[in-house]
Amino acid sequence: MSRSAPAASEPAVIEIRPSTGFFPGLGLRELWNYRELGLFFALRDLQLRYKQTFFGVAWTLLQPLAAAAVFAFTLGKLADLPSDGLPYGVFVYSGVIVWTFVATGLEAAARSLVEDRSLVERVYFPRLLAPIAAVLPGLLDLAISFAVLGVFMAVADVAPSEAILLLPLAVLAAVIVAAGAGIWLCALNVQYRDVRHALTFLIQIWFFASPVVISSSIIDGGWRYIYALNPMVGALEFFRWTAVGGPPPGAPALLSGLIGAALVIAAVVYFRRVERRFADVI
Amino acid sequence: MNARHTIETRGLGKRYQLGEGGSYQTLREMLASLVRGRRPQSARGPEMIWALRDLDLTIDDGEAVGLIGRNGAGKTTLLKILARITEPTTGVARVRGRVGALLEVGTGFHPELTGRENVFLNGAVLGMSRSDTRRRFDDIVAFAGVERFLDTPLKRYSAGMYLRLAFSVAAHLEPDVVVVDEVLAVGDTEFQQKCLMKMSEFGSEGRTVVFVSHDLGAVARLCPRMVWLDKGQIAADGESQAVVDAYLKSGIGAGAKVDFAPDGAKPAQMLSVLVTDASGRPASALPRTEPFEIALRFSVIERIPGLDVSAYLINSRGVHVFHEGWADHASLGESIGAPGEYEAVLTVPAVLPAGEYTLGVWIGTEVEDLFWEEPLRFRLQPTSHDREEAIRRSRVIQLSSPWRVSPRLHPGE
Repeated sequence: MSRSAPAASEPAVIEIRPSTGFFPGLGLRELWNYRELGLFFALRDLQLRYKQTFFGVAWTLLQPLAAAAVFAFTLGKLADLPSDGLPYGVFVYSGVIVWTFVATGLEAAARSLVEDRSLVERVYFPRLLAPIAAVLPGLLDLAISFAVLGVFMAVADVAPSEAILLLPLAVLAAVIVAAGAGIWLCALNVQYRDVRHALTFLIQIWFFASPVVISSSIIDGGWRYIYALNPMVGALEFFRWTAVGGPPPGAPALLSGLIGAALVIAAVVYFRRVERRFADVI
Repeated sequence: MNARHTIETRGLGKRYQLGEGGSYQTLREMLASLVRGRRPQSARGPEMIWALRDLDLTIDDGEAVGLIGRNGAGKTTLLKILARITEPTTGVARVRGRVGALLEVGTGFHPELTGRENVFLNGAVLGMSRSDTRRRFDDIVAFAGVERFLDTPLKRYSAGMYLRLAFSVAAHLEPDVVVVDEVLAVGDTEFQQKCLMKMSEFGSEGRTVVFVSHDLGAVARLCPRMVWLDKGQIAADGESQAVVDAYLKSGIGAGAKVDFAPDGAKPAQMLSVLVTDASGRPASALPRTEPFEIALRFSVIERIPGLDVSAYLINSRGVHVFHEGWADHASLGESIGAPGEYEAVLTVPAVLPAGEYTLGVWIGTEVEDLFWEEPLRFRLQPTSHDREEAIRRSRVIQLSSPWRVSPRLHPGE
């Protein structure tokens, strides 16, 4: 990368002009060239989190555990809701850890550029790097929580099927949902000041609109497809199938997965279209 | 593009919308206007301002060029376009090679991280690969002189250490083109000297340097060529001293008082700047033998912790004669950043020689410039018995204290 003797190789000429046209391209090549910076962003977020919070790792474990315990008691024990044939504790905890990953990831992504305002105003880098990098640290938490899930399954005598080989794909599906929503919200958050207030609310609504603590099996027939317009449905069912041996996802979940893919593509297109204004409006 | 040109701009322009953000500040407004089917501000039309306009500029390989001009003349906008931070509205800029932009020292530094972690993070932010940073790590740390504090969080660093480390990372970049904005505005004299040394090294290594500073003297020393921007256009381009002379002679608000249009986006606003004689009368020509006053009127819209105000004077050779900050004296306590309208008056004792002076004023905090302009030029008049030769003598201050000369009654004792 370093070039100390300009004479040796003729340096490339960069042309800077107003961008025209509807879509400036995905810019994936440049994103790849800057991957190290993305890694540094992710690393910084991890370092900060483990420095600033007193509990550190314990906190990432406790949060989903506490939430799962509350839901297992209220919804599983008291309301006796169905749980796809799984012990309710395993059902809920597996849902909560994926949900926690997506929710924290999208929130971090949405805030990423605004929190790094001084960088946006003073340094060039592919702006997409920030929301994408913001999703990554959550993978470590997910891995830790997944180990705890293993303990739960052993205690509850639940064994995963051979579908567990597809687990990485299920995690990828969750990453796609988190990044898709996160990139959209990040671009909006830079431009509009009220987005950050809507964020908490949006995440809450989404939680109840997704089969995190309530199985989608309570929804009948054709309504399933409407429900599956929520990309979280596919991600959660895919994860439960691969990780804890839940029922294999059907056609609605597939539709949900396609919606998730469409979401991330649309998000990147929108982001690339508006990012040229970021340094001026942030 | 000519092979020798490193930077070439053709018809480069940048238009900003006045006021914060774009036409919509909130998503709610935007959605509401979609529903109503019209844009909310279409009646008035947003106010536009050209920060740069039709700029044609060529800079050759290995040239060091200074950019000067008043605040809002487009200097920083030009640097930001060259560094690809913001997009031009019209025209094109071509840049040969990798651009290292230093628009602020310590961009991306995080107080909670250690010195070591920050060096790597900041290196990455400025475009260094991890292996590059690792290779230069020892040099960076040695240049900054912070070896003992590498594993200390940055928040425990003194301001000086922080700046030294920040500049050191930037100084060890190896870009083909360096664009630098006002880095000399911070730090003590020793630090500024170090910066200047490093900057002239950049120049002698054959890198192309574009340098912005309010310190005309520093720019002139570093850059044989200068470009003076005024209202987004080139007012003069050529040999440094000639451009500085023209700049200082230009009628930048020659007079005793300047009023400013409010800038709605800023939490503190300068209202007016005034130069008065000892009896409080505004004057653009003052006797050098009497003290005079500089009065700044400003308003604070929302509370600004650590608010500071300063004024400085530049003489006709570009030397900063003094630079006095409000916070230099005592701590002014909590009341300092409270909302309200203020008048700050500085009395300048009668120690300056006759000549032309440019007054610069600034409002800001340790981390942010809220207002910075050099709005006034005024004259200190010689007295009637000052000799012509004494007026033209090269000096920064004039003590006016008489010599006591007496004959030695017993020489050799």
